[in-house]
Amino acid sequence: MNPDLHLWLIPLLPFAGFLINGILGRRLPKWLVTSVALLAPLAAFGVVVSAYLSLSPLVPPVCVTTPCGPPGWVYIPLPYVETCPLPWINAGLLHIDFIFVLDQLSLVMLLVVTGVGFLIHVYSVGYMGDDKGYARSYLNLFLFFMTVLVLAGNALVMFIGWEGVGLASYLLIGFWFQKKSAADAGKKAFIVNRIGDFGFLIGMFLLVANFGTLTFSEIGAKLAENPGWQGGVLTIIALCLMLGAAGKSAQLPLYIWLPDAMEGPTPVSALIHAATMVTAGVYMVARTHVLFDHSPFALSVVALVGAATAIFAATIALVQNDIKRVLAYSTISQLGYMFLGCGVAAYSAAIFHLMTHAFFKALLFLAAGSVIHAIGGEQDLRKMGGLRKKLPVTFAVTTVGVLAIAGIFPFAGFFSKDAILYAAFLQGTNGKILWFVGLLTALLTAFYMFRLWYLTFMGESRGENVHAHESPWSMRGPLVILAALSVCGGWIGMKHFGNFLAPSVGVLPTEAGSTRLELILSVVAVAVALEGWMIADKFYRRKVTKPAQYMAALPGTYNLLANKYFVDEFYGAVVVKPLLAISKFFLEWVVDIGLLGGAAWLLGGIATFAGAILQRWQSGNLRSYAAWLAAGAAAVLLFMFVSFPTIHHMFICATSGCVLYKGGH
Amino acid sequence: MSPLFSQEVPLSWYLLLSAVLFSLGVVGFLIKRNLITVFMSIELMLNGVNLSFVTFAHQWHAVKGQIFVFFVMMVAAAEAAVGLAIIIAVFRARATLAVDRIDRMKL
Amino acid sequence: MHLILFLVFAGLCLAGAINLLLQSHPINSALSLIVVMTSLAVLYLLLGAEFLAAAQVIVYAGAIMVLFTFVVMLLNAGREERTLGSRAARTLGFPAVVAILAVIATVILQAQGLGVARLSDGITATEELSAVLFTKLLLPFEVTSVLILIAILGAVALARHDDGDAERTGKE
Repeated sequence: MNPDLHLWLIPLLPFAGFLINGILGRRLPKWLVTSVALLAPLAAFGVVVSAYLSLSPLVPPVCVTTPCGPPGWVYIPLPYVETCPLPWINAGLLHIDFIFVLDQLSLVMLLVVTGVGFLIHVYSVGYMGDDKGYARSYLNLFLFFMTVLVLAGNALVMFIGWEGVGLASYLLIGFWFQKKSAADAGKKAFIVNRIGDFGFLIGMFLLVANFGTLTFSEIGAKLAENPGWQGGVLTIIALCLMLGAAGKSAQLPLYIWLPDAMEGPTPVSALIHAATMVTAGVYMVARTHVLFDHSPFALSVVALVGAATAIFAATIALVQNDIKRVLAYSTISQLGYMFLGCGVAAYSAAIFHLMTHAFFKALLFLAAGSVIHAIGGEQDLRKMGGLRKKLPVTFAVTTVGVLAIAGIFPFAGFFSKDAILYAAFLQGTNGKILWFVGLLTALLTAFYMFRLWYLTFMGESRGENVHAHESPWSMRGPLVILAALSVCGGWIGMKHFGNFLAPSVGVLPTEAGSTRLELILSVVAVAVALEGWMIADKFYRRKVTKPAQYMAALPGTYNLLANKYFVDEFYGAVVVKPLLAISKFFLEWVVDIGLLGGAAWLLGGIATFAGAILQRWQSGNLRSYAAWLAAGAAAVLLFMFVSFPTIHHMFICATSGCVLYKGGH
Repeated sequence: MSPLFSQEVPLSWYLLLSAVLFSLGVVGFLIKRNLITVFMSIELMLNGVNLSFVTFAHQWHAVKGQIFVFFVMMVAAAEAAVGLAIIIAVFRARATLAVDRIDRMKL
Repeated sequence: MHLILFLVFAGLCLAGAINLLLQSHPINSALSLIVVMTSLAVLYLLLGAEFLAAAQVIVYAGAIMVLFTFVVMLLNAGREERTLGSRAARTLGFPAVVAILAVIATVILQAQGLGVARLSDGITATEELSAVLFTKLLLPFEVTSVLILIAILGAVALARHDDGDAERTGKE
């Protein structure tokens, strides 16, 4: 008995919502647009939950060995594969179909995507309520593509979702496209994504060349058959895929689009650039983890990139003054953590952190949006302050979020961050270095997050926020729910989570450790986080002169950090300018003016030239006309009576044919 | 009887005469500088062709050949009338009959 | 007899044609053309086409050439002036004429089956001609009369003095 889980409904419902709102949205009343927009992700979430409930042996995670739950429910073993009946690509030996796969990994991702997506939809109803572009429902389009990405059973379907979320991201970042900075940011995001996608494509080509298939399960099976196949081409494939993930998940060196993407509305930042789209890279690495497992070099590269990105972004976030930019760099840093987790083969730890990060980062972004909405669009931290009394709910949930991201027990971030650091520590000498970098990043994270907290809510008001008012319930509701999740999201514990995900991503490599070591490391981590809080407290609680002193003392460092290490300028000079110069020279001069213009000029020139020659023939002189007439007549006569073999024959046949035809009447 | 008093003339001589008349008409068309004279050489050409038609009609005892000549004459008459009217109109416009001066129809 | 007659009148034809080319005054050319026409009429008669001979004299020499003469006198065309020639006419035209003459002459001289003309071959009766003309070829005959009507109209329209327009423009 294998009942249909109707997986295809999960992407389809948001897509239907997008179509209805996109095509008819302007003409429908506002409440209808809202309902359609909200119903779609809610329905998708409902399908996911029902799928979760009908799968064995997952239903309550404690019932791992025996199915429990009410009798009469049917349980389905995982992984559950749904294939579209219509064939897709049948090219010689290459067969690719639309395959949706539901296993533990995709189930977790789907719950996060559709659940958090729905909450953010509710929030955006309130946030964007007055905006003119209300009916544009790219959020649903994004959900459609994201669910396709998550459910994908082979790399090509995943690539569809991959590209689609990039497109949706472009549309959503440039939502207020009349602003030049927003349009530029959208372009930048899309282009940098494309650079990563190039890596993904090369990886896919190599996969087809070496495995003959793109289906994840088949690749996994082939690799399981040859455990000795290590390194070599597998490393190259893994590195190419890593390039794609770096583009999508904003790692070094392709992270530059994420801070600029804050030009989009805050719900967009929350959904795409905190909770879901940027985690697609991590999801992809976890999905293809067998490749990485067979290539230690690629794994170390992943870990290195992750750790470097984490600390790099954290240092930049220390001195940013825009509230959303701080959160953006924080996202990059936390994504670095997730890649660090993948790099030490602790995939389930990375996914755990992905889940908790989705909760508290979305919470933080939405709370920031609430603050911005309350004080009329102001985003500069230096102009905020003292909002604790005016926005009590927002203050409370932000506190929860900041505590969670700092990794303080018993909030969600503590469990997941700790799992990653523990797994890193066990990896030998390199692992210990990575652990130390991660610890340092945790210190910096705690510092800048509490800095944000102090500057926004504590102290005296530094701006003109006299009219600050609390947000409507459509905005507060999701905040509260997300806060609750941030508190208890980690209580499931790494062990159970890891066991749950083990069939799809492998077990945690924690055999070398012990519970005591884990406990010690957790205590160290919490201590570091609290230390960060203390430093922030010293700097920002009373007066804000201390940071000014530091800024004056280290002007060079401050400048470097405030200008984001001048990376954008560097890229501009090294990549963008030469590219533009070459385009201008080659495409404009050589191709456009030279080839195309030249071809047009040539055609015109030929016509003019021929015309000029022929013009002299039409002299109006009767006698020259007569001469040509006579010459023509002579030529005809010559053809007729002097034997040029073929022409003569043809001519005679033609004329005699005409004559006979005419004479026959 | 001397051959000069023969009663037979080879038809090819008539045809040669016709060819020569035609060629002289073409030459006149090419070298004459008065518009009316050019027109007259056209008439000469037509007459040459008429002669060859009559010759062949004689050879094949075909009346149709002679009827064709009749039609050619009619058409030549019409053409002469209209052509001379045109020449008069051109003369009124350009006040000259020199062929080389009437060259307005050019590009 | 036949031969003498042919030689005489063929010679007259050629002389008239060459004279047409050599004269510089158009009236002289017109008169030479009349000579050509009448000689041709005699030649037609020698070939047995009596009706055509008559028609040649009446239509060609008697009407068309008279028309030519009238026009020459009307327009008071004088001697031809020396104008710039046409290089094309000289370089292209004369060889072309020579070629035409050469080809036709060759074909004629090489043709087999051309017979001879004798005075005793008989004259084609006008009856015979008209029998074909008014029965089998009635349509072309009628069309030709329409053609001549059109020619009359055209000639009148083209050659008319536009006095009416001059008067009107004078008044306004």
